[in-house]
Amino acid sequence: MTTVDNGVNVQALLDAREVLKGAPEAAQFTWRASSKWQNGVHSTATVEKFFGLGAEQTHKTASTFSADHPAVFAAEDNGITPIEYLLVGLASCLTAGVASVAQNRGIQLRSIESTVEGNHDIRGILGADSDVRNGYNDIKVTFNIDADASKEEIEALVAQSQKRSAVYDALSNPTDITVEVA
Amino acid sequence: MLERGEVANSWRRERWDSLRLLTPNWLSRLPGLDYDGPDPDGFMTTGEVVEFIERFARVAAAPVRAGVEVTAVRPADDGYHVATDRGDLHCRALVLASGACNLATVPALAAGVPPEVHQLTPLGYRGPGQLPDGGVLVVGASATGVQLAAELRRSGRPVTLSVGEHVRLPRVYRGRDVHWWMHESGVWDQRWDEIDDLDRARRLPSPQLVGTPERGTLDLNALTALGIELVGRFAAVRDGTALFSGGLRNVCALADLKMNRLLATFDEWALGADVGPSEEFAPTAVARATRLKLDLRGGEFSTVIWATGFRPDYRWLDVPVVDPKGRLRHDGGVVDAPGLYALGLPMLRRRRSSFINGIEDDARAVIDHLARKL
Repeated sequence: MTTVDNGVNVQALLDAREVLKGAPEAAQFTWRASSKWQNGVHSTATVEKFFGLGAEQTHKTASTFSADHPAVFAAEDNGITPIEYLLVGLASCLTAGVASVAQNRGIQLRSIESTVEGNHDIRGILGADSDVRNGYNDIKVTFNIDADASKEEIEALVAQSQKRSAVYDALSNPTDITVEVA
Repeated sequence: MLERGEVANSWRRERWDSLRLLTPNWLSRLPGLDYDGPDPDGFMTTGEVVEFIERFARVAAAPVRAGVEVTAVRPADDGYHVATDRGDLHCRALVLASGACNLATVPALAAGVPPEVHQLTPLGYRGPGQLPDGGVLVVGASATGVQLAAELRRSGRPVTLSVGEHVRLPRVYRGRDVHWWMHESGVWDQRWDEIDDLDRARRLPSPQLVGTPERGTLDLNALTALGIELVGRFAAVRDGTALFSGGLRNVCALADLKMNRLLATFDEWALGADVGPSEEFAPTAVARATRLKLDLRGGEFSTVIWATGFRPDYRWLDVPVVDPKGRLRHDGGVVDAPGLYALGLPMLRRRRSSFINGIEDDARAVIDHLARKL
């Protein structure tokens, strides 16, 4: 048995992969967040329940997130801006991927740190220039990883993590979105 | 042996004009027929492949019934009933050797491409002259996609290549053809029953290779040098605009890492072998900002070519041995139905199975099994 322990239960993931190969309906998850306007551009979102493995599921605890705009946007800064949440999601998804792939490849990690920078031209959201998009122009992630592995092995971990990342895919590929008024 | 057209039919009718084999001549061999021409390091044109296979048909004295198209195969008492356009047959055992590339795979999103843009697949492509004037979007960067992109660019057209996951290889490494390395180092001898992820090995895209007299490499850096624009994987069409993934940099990084790992295994194997000095290849260069959308209505592109893979056609096979993804269920060529066998599929029994020189060992093993059953 390997003594490598990054705290990821890879065996459970591999077992799930085998089971779900033959049961695609159980693999259909729905993630949910509910949001409530507070005041100004400040809102709070709560995440607690989701659907998966054919049943309603509940997180151990509900999590609440505040979103607002900073003072330079003439707002009260009660929380991070919505577009910053995308950076949080990307960083945590890629980090989870690095840890999982490392565990699967028998690579012991000591630390994974990353910085994520999204370049954003706000003339888009302000309607100041119709040629400028609303979202990020580009995103850069920089990893610093300390592990019992060569530079090439670490690069391969990071590449594989991107290949299997839900958030990386959601940000780098278009997603069909429906917004309705109930 | 039933052949729907003439001997070497698909090489006569389903290949573009400039295509050459990816395997050098000295390695393009069939049982009892080695290459004996003047250019062992060259690559056969499709015409030369046709001649080679015709010659093999004579050497092997194979009982070919040409011009017989099989329209249905179904289980019958102690064997199979084979319906053809020239009457019906009954057989006790049947070998499916109808190929892996009968149909071009086109993604569903092709339906969203505006009607004014001409679309075609590699099976309908012959050469640049058949295309309307204007830019070409080639989708897919495996062997077919890179070859068509390069040919179209050299004909003077603006070409954009949409690149997803791909396999990068140099044509020549340390003075030897990359297929020499695959052949000699044992990579091509890896067996289907010893490989970690067989499903993935069977789905592996063909490497970015071309067979030319110059023995040149045709990786993405070579295409960029020709003036071809690279964009990410084709993701969607919205209101006439093609959308591409922003993940191009990572698929290139994955391909570079995999190529370097393969070359490192070659180096390890080659210690003391008669090969050239160590060689390194520049990482795949990706523009700082690749275009994420292209307006298909604006006139920049007259044509989209779907070089997005091929698949076998088993619509005539009325035996429940095809999985929901259209792949034949078989174990090293022994199909999941008594007396039914397959040959000539990728990674059928070895990595070598995709190549002409792979058929000899595969056929021996499969026919041994078949003969024992009979």
